[in-house]
Amino acid sequence: MSDATLRPIAGINFNSFRVRAALILAAVLLLGIIGIRFDSSGTLHKIFVDPFDQMVSAPDLLVQTIWEGLVSGVLYALIALGFVLIFKASGVFNFAQGIMVVFAALTLVGLYEKGVPAFLAVILTLGVMFVLAVAIERVVLRPLVNQPDIILFMATFGITYFLIGLGETVFGGNPKQMITDQLHLPRGAIELKLFGGFVSLQKIDIAAAIIASLMIAVLAVFFQYTRIGRALRAVADSHKAALSVGISLNQIWVIVWFTAGIVALITGIMWGARSDVSFALEIVALKALPVLILGGFTSIPGAIIGGLIIGIGEKLGEFYWGPLIGGGIESWLAYFIALGFLLFRPQGLFGDKIIERI
Amino acid sequence: MKTSVLMKGAALGALLAAGAFAAPAFAQDSIYFSNNAYRTGPFAGSGIPIGDGMRDYIAMINERDGGVNGVKIVYEECETGYDTKKSIECYEQVKSKTIVYSPWSTGATLAAIPRAHVDKLPILSMAYGLSASADGTQFPWVFIPPLTYWDGASVMVKHMAAELGGMDKLKGKKLGLIHLDAPFGKEPIPVLENLAKKYGFELKLYPVAAADMQNQGSLWLSIRRDRPDYLYNQGWGAMNPTAVKEAIKNNFPINKLVGVWWAGGDDDARAGGAEAKGYKSLNFNAAGQDFPVIQDIIKHVVDKGRSTTPKEKVGENLYNRGVYNSMLVVEGIRTAQKLTGKKVITPEDMRRGLESLNIDEARLKEIGMAGFASPVKISCTDHSGHHKAYVAEWDGTKWTQKGDWIEPMKDEVRPLIEANAKDYTEKAGNWPKRTEPCEKSS
Repeated sequence: MSDATLRPIAGINFNSFRVRAALILAAVLLLGIIGIRFDSSGTLHKIFVDPFDQMVSAPDLLVQTIWEGLVSGVLYALIALGFVLIFKASGVFNFAQGIMVVFAALTLVGLYEKGVPAFLAVILTLGVMFVLAVAIERVVLRPLVNQPDIILFMATFGITYFLIGLGETVFGGNPKQMITDQLHLPRGAIELKLFGGFVSLQKIDIAAAIIASLMIAVLAVFFQYTRIGRALRAVADSHKAALSVGISLNQIWVIVWFTAGIVALITGIMWGARSDVSFALEIVALKALPVLILGGFTSIPGAIIGGLIIGIGEKLGEFYWGPLIGGGIESWLAYFIALGFLLFRPQGLFGDKIIERI
Repeated sequence: MKTSVLMKGAALGALLAAGAFAAPAFAQDSIYFSNNAYRTGPFAGSGIPIGDGMRDYIAMINERDGGVNGVKIVYEECETGYDTKKSIECYEQVKSKTIVYSPWSTGATLAAIPRAHVDKLPILSMAYGLSASADGTQFPWVFIPPLTYWDGASVMVKHMAAELGGMDKLKGKKLGLIHLDAPFGKEPIPVLENLAKKYGFELKLYPVAAADMQNQGSLWLSIRRDRPDYLYNQGWGAMNPTAVKEAIKNNFPINKLVGVWWAGGDDDARAGGAEAKGYKSLNFNAAGQDFPVIQDIIKHVVDKGRSTTPKEKVGENLYNRGVYNSMLVVEGIRTAQKLTGKKVITPEDMRRGLESLNIDEARLKEIGMAGFASPVKISCTDHSGHHKAYVAEWDGTKWTQKGDWIEPMKDEVRPLIEANAKDYTEKAGNWPKRTEPCEKSS
């Protein structure tokens, strides 16, 4: 469509992405409303009316769904944060984040099984993650400085396979139980009587939400207001420029990978408590992908808000709309939600608008 | 410089190739058996005990008896990580050497079935794989003893009816099926749909995507909304402990949650802690060490430090299932030796052996498995046997047998199998017609 055919009407610019997206949305809604009136089979009724009926008639389940979404959302945000930190510092999408979750959790449980007290095991695991961060910086990143991003990206694949092999050699492939009791993480549930039904809040979920929120807050403050945080942002803008003003790239990388390691450990404890600690946990980290698409790869608030939107959105979608098409839609719905938002904000929720002059 | 590297590479390559040709894959007086294992990856939790059980039984037979009728079995594993792509690689690697293909995943079995009918290699998919392959007239090379997923689903319905007080009590009840959203998970659906229609109960499906195995929050919310009376869990790997934990979390009565036999790992139930007591799972082998066969494994293999399983884990449910699978292989070899009069048999002979497999109570007693399993008989037309299963219950520390062995609804399952087998071979086009003659005995 050429520009000549689309003249601005009353100051509305039809070429604006937002206006176009809004028009598409309006058209879909309009079709939906018209459809319901002439809908004989009831399909549209099931899509546009029934779910809301259910929400009103059983508000306790709605609250429960939103709570579940909120908890997963916070946990997704935490994983996404691990990615964002490394992306900001080294411009690399860290494919190894998932296996770092497994590795950290396995180290913790493995040390405990060797007879180390639980909290000492946490500290030792943090030590292992620090050593890992230093090793990655020395062996992988330093020799690859100033290489194209894709090379660094491929290097994180290498780290993944290395950690899988190392983890399996040291700890074996058997699933292990997370040491929730020993870490004094609470058990059981609080049941709230609500709207004639009940909402059950798992204490471990509450703990997860609180710990993850605290962690996110600390990280956000750390990288926003400290000297290292400023240095990190400088590195994110340009490696060379940062080097030229005396910022130590090596130091920043170690800090960032170590932080990602801490995030991995907390993620591993929380998800491990929900099922068990095994190599299957690796997949959980991929839940952060739609969050990153939505929130932008470089934004900490983006990761947080994105995580919450994806978490709550996918749970609501699965619970109320999933049964219409046989359920199990959660895994792709997350991407769908992310894409929906991209229609309005192609650079992600809080992503920087990239303006390149040619 | 470059050329020298190239030369070295070429030399190394030649050396490797020479080595491969020089060393025969297996000696003439032994039988080679390759087993797909997954000691790594998301399903390792189930794969390790099974692989250990299989390996230890074969090791015990070699150690105690000097093999099968004096012929040692060379046992090797091909690691798949429960990845269908890798299992096909494994198939290609071993097809010219192994006596029988042991796929250990439904996806791998589905991929191997068409290949095996061309390569003439028998597949032993013990209680997994394509249910329709129980029709020996269409699938002469596939064996699926002692029962299929469809039989399992019918046993589940019978168990539900028995607890409710009769088949007529099923009317108006709700059965939920939690299943992995993969070929394995979807297998029981057609039979359950038929039975739901016939007995008037409602079937609710709860698929779990592989990526969400450990993220079942919203699924269990749906279960809370729908309030099914019973849940049947066709799950595997990390999905099972998560389901047990979620059931407890969501106040679903744990004794109404029944897993397929693959959801009966000790680790699966242990994940739920004390509250998992009462969790159930279908089963066709006994758990525990109180059987002569397990004692022999401990004596000849474990105590000599030749097992990777610690002694206290020997006899766990999935370990014993591995033992059972290897027992089928060994008895298949034995039967084939008897039929052909040969000591070292070929895959063709093995197919005949499996087709004439008949392990009765007396034979079970001889091999130290009295009370460990129920008798198995395979015939030319029936490659499964549709044998009995029982409902096992987790008592908080181990699996115990609750109630009697339940006969599957063969009259419901068999017509479906035959129709489905026909449908499969017709759709495949050019499906090789069975030319292998039936044995007189079967």
